[in-house]
Formats: sequence, structure tokens, C-alpha cells
Amino acid sequence: MSDDHGHEHPKHELSYYAKRIYAIRDLLLEKGVITEKDIQCQVEYQEARSPANGAKLVARAWGDPAFKRRFIADPKAACAEMGIDATAINEFVVLENTEKVRHMVVCTLCSCYPRPILGRPPDWYKSFNYRQRSVADPRGVMREFGLELPDDIEVRVHDSTADIRYIVLPLRPRGTEGWSEADLAKLVTRDSMIGVMDPLPGIPD
Amino acid sequence: MNGATGKFKAGDRVKVKFEDRPGHLRTPWYIRGKTGWIERVYGDFLNPESLAFGRDGLPKKTLYLVAFHHHDVFGKSPGAGDKVLVDIYDHWLEPTA
Repeated sequence: MSDDHGHEHPKHELSYYAKRIYAIRDLLLEKGVITEKDIQCQVEYQEARSPANGAKLVARAWGDPAFKRRFIADPKAACAEMGIDATAINEFVVLENTEKVRHMVVCTLCSCYPRPILGRPPDWYKSFNYRQRSVADPRGVMREFGLELPDDIEVRVHDSTADIRYIVLPLRPRGTEGWSEADLAKLVTRDSMIGVMDPLPGIPD
Repeated sequence: MNGATGKFKAGDRVKVKFEDRPGHLRTPWYIRGKTGWIERVYGDFLNPESLAFGRDGLPKKTLYLVAFHHHDVFGKSPGAGDKVLVDIYDHWLEPTA
């Protein structure tokens, strides 16, 4: 393709789906359905949402038992309280890990994910491999993430196939008594809120 | 959450229908025909099998959190207490002993 016809195209060979999406975008722009600015705003909105939102919620719940109760009873109201916009989620459920029960989340049908709280899902979350094996062999998947669970801990895999979005509330790491919320939030990884891993250990700097 | 008009309550034993038909079915294949119990009633939601085709999603369907023993679904399981929990709409479930 020559470079002299006005607008920019990626230099590398595009996949079938990439070509299709560019064609749809061009058509939508051409017919005035959306504008370049709409696309840019949506990109910025998507990029602004990140696991930092979830980490803030978890850290607050670890440090404030009354907030934790509210977070579990009415997660969307708890988000609003923290200034996090979760209104795009139809329903939102918090899965609290305990010493005896661990939760893990998957969407075997597609890639349903609590985007306002965790941002965009990681590629592995959308892979056939994870979607298949997380339900059939959750302990094996956790082991690959570095989490080895004793047999007497109950593993609960949640397949979010419908209107509910799930976030795991992991166990607070030992040795973090007296930590500030900001320091606690640094331990809360995205993967610990999907449930495939523990949060980072509470080792002081 | 929403009101619930469905036929089950928490604790009821249920069997997932073993059905197949074209369409936007939100009941995963691996759970069809399996037996579990209602863990939680989520309430009534627009029917995705209708919404996916640009229709109004009515009548609403009650959505449940349905729990299954992992070994009842996949045969063997290292943790005896392990469970699989799936969100399933009322019309995919039937009562069972």
C-alpha cells in the first residue's frame, strides 16, 4: 500500500479482525455515527480504569471493618463512597476469602470482568487455556501462578456467565498491622482480585 | 438486588437442563445435565437470549448462583470441598431430589 493517500495506516500486515475493525471504524466515521473525538474519549475512559481502583477498595476493607461490611453488602454503594464509578456494572458481588475458603473468577463463555474496578482483563484471562482449565483444574492453575493450597482449603471457582461481576477480597497478608491504606494497596495485585494468587507478602521496605 | 419471580429458593436441589439450540446461550456446556443447589437468588434480569438479537429481553428471568461439587462436574478433585459456582437463569433449571 502506498503512503501517499492522506491518512495513516499501520505499517505491518494486519490480521483479518484488525482489518475488519479498521473498516468498521472508517465507515462509522464516514457516515457520521461517531467522531474521532468520541473514539479518543472512549480510549481514555477505558485506560483510566485500572486495578488501582480495586486495590483501594480492598485496602480500605482490610483496615476498616465497617467499610468491609458495607463493601460486601452493597459493593456499588461502597465504590461510590470511594469515588469509584461502578455504575456501568449491572450487579457486583464481592467474594471474601477466608482461612478455609478461596475464590477464583473466570468467564468460560467470553471475558466478563469487572472493568470499572479492575480495568481491562489480562490476555491470559481471555485465553481458551485459562477459561477451560480454571474450572476443570483450579488448583493446577493456581499452582502455575505460584499458589499451592492445602487440600483442606475449599476452592470455589466462580464462572461469571451472566449479569454479575465478581471481585475477590483476598486475605490481608500477615505482618501488616498498623500499615497505612496506601501501603496496603500496594500489596493488592490485580491477580489477587481475580483470585489466582495471594496478595504480595507484607514485608516492610 | 431485584425482585425474584423464579421457582427456586436458596438451598433447593436443581438439575441443569441438557439442551442445545442455536442462539446466545449463557449456560456453559460443561454444566448442562449436572446437579447442584441454589446458593443464592440474584433476582430478575433481562433475558440475554433475547437481548443478543436486539429484542427487549422480556419477560425477565430469575438469575441464580448455582453451586456444584467439583467432583460431580469433573469426576475427580484434589480438594474434597471444592466447588464450581455458575450464574444460571431460571428456565435452564429443573427441580430434582
